[in-house]
Amino acid sequence: MSRYIFKRILGALVVMWVVATLVFFMLRAVPGDPLAAMLFDVGDPEAAEVLRAKYGLDQPVYVQYFKWFGRVLQGDLGNSIYGSRVSVNRIISEAFPRTISLAGLSFIISLLIAVPAGLISAIKKHSAMDHVMTFFAFLGLSMPDFWLGILLIILFAANLHWLPAIGYVPLSEGFWPWFSHLILPSIAVGTAFSAIVARMIRSSMLEVLNADYITVARAKGLYEGRLVLVHAFPNALIPVVTVIGIAFALLMAGAVVVENVFAIKGLGRVLIQGILNRDYPVVQGAILVVSAIFVFANLLVDLLYTAIDPRIRYE
Amino acid sequence: MNEPIAGAVAVEAMEDARSVRSLWWAYLLRDKKAVAGLIVLVILIVLAVSASVVSPYDPNAMVFDMMESPSLKHPLGTDDLGRDLLSRIIHGTQVSLFIGISTVVIALLIGGFLGLAAGYYGGWLDNIIMRYIDLQWAFPNFIIAVYLVAVFGPGLSNVIIAVSLAFVDDFARVARGMVLTIKEQQYIAAARTSGASDFRIIWRHILPNASAPLIVQGTVSISYAILAEAGLSFLGLGVEVDTPTWGLILSEARSFFSRAWWLGVFPGLAIMITVLSVNFLGDALRDILDVREGKELSL
Repeated sequence: MSRYIFKRILGALVVMWVVATLVFFMLRAVPGDPLAAMLFDVGDPEAAEVLRAKYGLDQPVYVQYFKWFGRVLQGDLGNSIYGSRVSVNRIISEAFPRTISLAGLSFIISLLIAVPAGLISAIKKHSAMDHVMTFFAFLGLSMPDFWLGILLIILFAANLHWLPAIGYVPLSEGFWPWFSHLILPSIAVGTAFSAIVARMIRSSMLEVLNADYITVARAKGLYEGRLVLVHAFPNALIPVVTVIGIAFALLMAGAVVVENVFAIKGLGRVLIQGILNRDYPVVQGAILVVSAIFVFANLLVDLLYTAIDPRIRYE
Repeated sequence: MNEPIAGAVAVEAMEDARSVRSLWWAYLLRDKKAVAGLIVLVILIVLAVSASVVSPYDPNAMVFDMMESPSLKHPLGTDDLGRDLLSRIIHGTQVSLFIGISTVVIALLIGGFLGLAAGYYGGWLDNIIMRYIDLQWAFPNFIIAVYLVAVFGPGLSNVIIAVSLAFVDDFARVARGMVLTIKEQQYIAAARTSGASDFRIIWRHILPNASAPLIVQGTVSISYAILAEAGLSFLGLGVEVDTPTWGLILSEARSFFSRAWWLGVFPGLAIMITVLSVNFLGDALRDILDVREGKELSL
């Protein structure tokens, strides 16, 4: 098992290295000057040369790569070349907790919706309730997450004034301020995820409820609630966990867009702002960190899978 | 048939194909969701094609009625520059459908080709192709699209390239999986023994049998591609500013949602209705072509 984990971690690191390297070279292979953005406030070719030399952009690409990679290995992502030239490490370490808060809260909220919805749909198969939930699942999957965010702002912030429209408050300033700022974006991010998980739980439960051991348990006179929750549900969870892994990636992707609706300066907003400003170090740093989250989330799910189903053993 | 002659066999085969196709349609038309999806999609395509005829106003003309709420004159209201929202949304249909469909066709061609090659030839070619596909598989398509726009920059053609490439892995995986199963069938061995070339085997025997799952994947991907384009446009990474797309209309209206709800509601509704119809259709196709084992899995 530990050998397997070691191999997987190594594989994850290789994926990150490949992504970082690809992005580094592709950014430089494409026409367009990284200094274009800066030159707006410089506007003088000689000053541009000085800046170019200062940021090492006058050197051959492979030299830039090795210098950059050497620094990344030491945990230094460089400095932003836009605006106040803050260090990318600082930008990302400020953004990171926001994105994780958002993804984490939307994960919890969507499971709170998806698990009961999926269970009810499965138990009351083909009932009116089941059809209504199927329809909502379709809606949830077909709705752009950022638009749902806009609708929530229009309803709960602009008209009802129940919740703040935008921004982020760290958890250290109290639970309610943190929660009230995050609840709307979390719903926006989590809805599609919730629809997927609910449908997965439904189909997986239906399969398990048809199994012989459930019939035996029912024949023995087991009461239905215990049958569903204790006997069927844990086994129905196994296939769901794999999908949760894929869907967690969806949550992160959703966070990238939804952060921009709610003006939460998380990783997604940092990445998008970096792209719009052509701020290479920020873009590279953000892509590296976002990619790391995906790769390690996948890894975690695989390991979780073996924990939840002891029949699975990796070599 | 006592003495099958070549012509008659060919005619029969054609009739078979035709009846299979009509059976498809019969199945499809029995599914209420699919019919609803089809009707909406046909309407949307008609709207997209005739956008300049059916829109009441020029989508970029400023009519000096700024931020008007929906009325008889402007059924969906106007934006901050006094442009008619309905006309802009109708024109947006063109871009969204065009990008949704074209990106999937490109992704299907590239991914299908890679998957076929990897699955059919195996060995080192399979290794190289699948290493790349697995790498891309580790990330959601939308994130790949964002990464690629980060590299290429925004704009219509760049968005099409980025979204197409982002979906390549899905098609490559489906195609490869199909080839691996079909390759082992006896009729392939028979074709090979009778001296058919690789190209002929792939084109005449493997591709027709691998097409059903690819069609389903393609339909599903269209809905995701439309969502991806809307997301990119909303983030300012999409097409140029003078092209009204649904995501861009939403993005431009950002600061006015509290005063003008219609600017926030209708463009998103257009996206949702389109994606929902594609999803309905895709779901029905999946059932008909029986791509998955259990029908209960259907969403």
